[in-house]
Amino acid sequence: MGSTWFYISVFLELLATVGLVLFAFKQKKTLFWWSYWILSAGFVCHTVFWVYRYYLSSGAAPVIHFKEALSFFSWSIIGVYLVFQLKFRLKVLGSFVAPLALFLMILSSTMPWIEVPVKPVFRSLWLTIHIAVIFAGNGMLAIGFMAAVMYLIQEYHIKHKRMGAFFNRLPSLATLDTVNYYSVSYGFAFITLGMVAGSVYAQQVLGAYWQWDPKEVWSLITWLFYAALIHQRLAAGWQGRKAAVLSIICFLILIFTFAGVSHLLGGYHSFRSLGLQEAL
Amino acid sequence: MIKIINIGMNHETAPVELRECLAAEAEGVAVALDAIRHIDCIREGLFISTCNRVEALVTAEDASEARKSIISLMSRMGNIPESEFSPNLYTHEDMDAVLHVFRVASSLDSLVTGEPQILGQIKEAYSQATKEKTAGVILNRLMHRAFHVAKRVRTETLICESAVSISYAAVELAKKIFHEIKGKKVLLIGAGEMAELAAKNLRAQGAGSISVANRTFDRAVRVAEIIDARPVSFEEIDLQLQEVDIVIASTASKEYIITCDQAKKSIRKRRNRPLFFIDIAVPRNIEPQINSLSNVYVYDIDDLKGVIKMNMAHRQQEAVKAERIVMEECIKFEKWIKTLAAVPTIISLKKKSESIIRAELKKSDGVLLKMTPEQKEAVQTLTKSVAEKILNDPILFLKGRSDRPSLDMYIDVTRRLFNLDREN
Repeated sequence: MGSTWFYISVFLELLATVGLVLFAFKQKKTLFWWSYWILSAGFVCHTVFWVYRYYLSSGAAPVIHFKEALSFFSWSIIGVYLVFQLKFRLKVLGSFVAPLALFLMILSSTMPWIEVPVKPVFRSLWLTIHIAVIFAGNGMLAIGFMAAVMYLIQEYHIKHKRMGAFFNRLPSLATLDTVNYYSVSYGFAFITLGMVAGSVYAQQVLGAYWQWDPKEVWSLITWLFYAALIHQRLAAGWQGRKAAVLSIICFLILIFTFAGVSHLLGGYHSFRSLGLQEAL
Repeated sequence: MIKIINIGMNHETAPVELRECLAAEAEGVAVALDAIRHIDCIREGLFISTCNRVEALVTAEDASEARKSIISLMSRMGNIPESEFSPNLYTHEDMDAVLHVFRVASSLDSLVTGEPQILGQIKEAYSQATKEKTAGVILNRLMHRAFHVAKRVRTETLICESAVSISYAAVELAKKIFHEIKGKKVLLIGAGEMAELAAKNLRAQGAGSISVANRTFDRAVRVAEIIDARPVSFEEIDLQLQEVDIVIASTASKEYIITCDQAKKSIRKRRNRPLFFIDIAVPRNIEPQINSLSNVYVYDIDDLKGVIKMNMAHRQQEAVKAERIVMEECIKFEKWIKTLAAVPTIISLKKKSESIIRAELKKSDGVLLKMTPEQKEAVQTLTKSVAEKILNDPILFLKGRSDRPSLDMYIDVTRRLFNLDREN
């Protein structure tokens, strides 16, 4: 039952992504809005899926497996994108963000469903807040990352005087820089709050705010990189290329923290330990 | 026979220093027109003075005498001896002059073919001439036809797009960098037609302050006045580079005005704010290396042309079309001006018929006196319209023959048939 909603949303997001990528070539407004609403429908289905899962696990944040975490990441990216689109009205952003979200979604859908009993310790509001806020932040930072990639593509075309399809379709450097700055600032605030919520939760269940768990350490490293980016923007007046490059580096570290650390370095945040009983 | 004579110099025949000497302010033009009015051999006159051309357009019976007096007038106005600029002058007569005026008005003779400002400048020159009452029948007609030709060239060909498109491309590029032009500061280094055009375009997009720097400061002041900008000295450029967002360079300098090292120093103080150089000068004014600096973009004229990707063959076609329109209108004008040859005869014909009517009415005075005023008027109208109807066909015939070589013969026949010459 739950997986049906998941597959419907994968299908709708696939459809929307194809539409958005086609939009990048054809530049037809109706194509964009159809895709946007299909993507929104996919997002709603995905949300239904999460609500269902949430009730099934009686109030545990649904990111116990890597499969779930990936699709949750994808869900947050799409959610943030749908809102940001209303603010920035930057249609072409969807053509870049949707494939990223779809990629995570498809990766997630290829992984097997594992039903493990949810440990009671995960049924905590603080954990839900920790996860929800962190992922909202991750979604924003993902959009910031995409804006930075688009910035570098557009900058390359302007610097090298290639006035082709990209030049025409991508927005101005100033716009991309603004989107990047905005996304990174808000994303940073969210992951900060999420980390605080996580440490409160850790205090409650583990008795310590901070335990030098590998994921914690890498989260801190990620946080410091983003802090450095924002500092450079505010204090040193960084903008444009340098800020874009640094925000791409920051996001790659974030991805490592998200996916790499859990798989390679272990610790109590790792998906293996989240599913199995040993860790706690 | 009255001749149309055009004497002047443009960007092709004279260096800018010389054109500057002769380029007259609005009051100068008025003075020149006043002087033209007092030259006996010149009937009508018009004075065009822009950054790229100084021209007098006159009508006179004796072309060489008119030419001499115009040159001496120019020499007095520019305060330079005739020998210094007369080799740079061109003279066009009659249809060549018409063709030239048409080409100038349609911007086919401009430094940047198709730039739209010249038409406005010519309209201004004409309105001054009408104000000073130096424009008569021929110039009135000629200038109105010129405006008509310019309009046709603009609407029927894409020739104007190329000029507009260079400054348009510059604006589009600036938008791709800054998102909007609103409030952006612009620095013009050197002030040619193109720079003016680009600046106007940027201004139309809402650009904030515009500054103009030029080697000769008073020219900067003058151009700044035209485009409502602020003149700055050449030494201030380094300082300006820290402030402005868009730089348009278009000087005739053989060396780079802004070198990479110089730019680096100024840019460090800009805190990474993007800076966009548009270099429309040939040879270039901005060291191309500057493009490799972070958040700095340099576009030269070729890059901008690349932006436009104007198909060369297509442009050539447009130019051919524009020249065809000019020729077409030239031929029409020629036809009109030749009717001028028939005009004195037509006038004499009408005068003769009028005097006959008057004489005959006088003979019938006795009868007419007994009539009521209404009846009297009806008789007068009747006689007039009979005379007009009779003369109508001969007049139309003469006008119709005006572009034929046989015109002289028909005029001669007419004058003899109606005995026009003996009466005079």
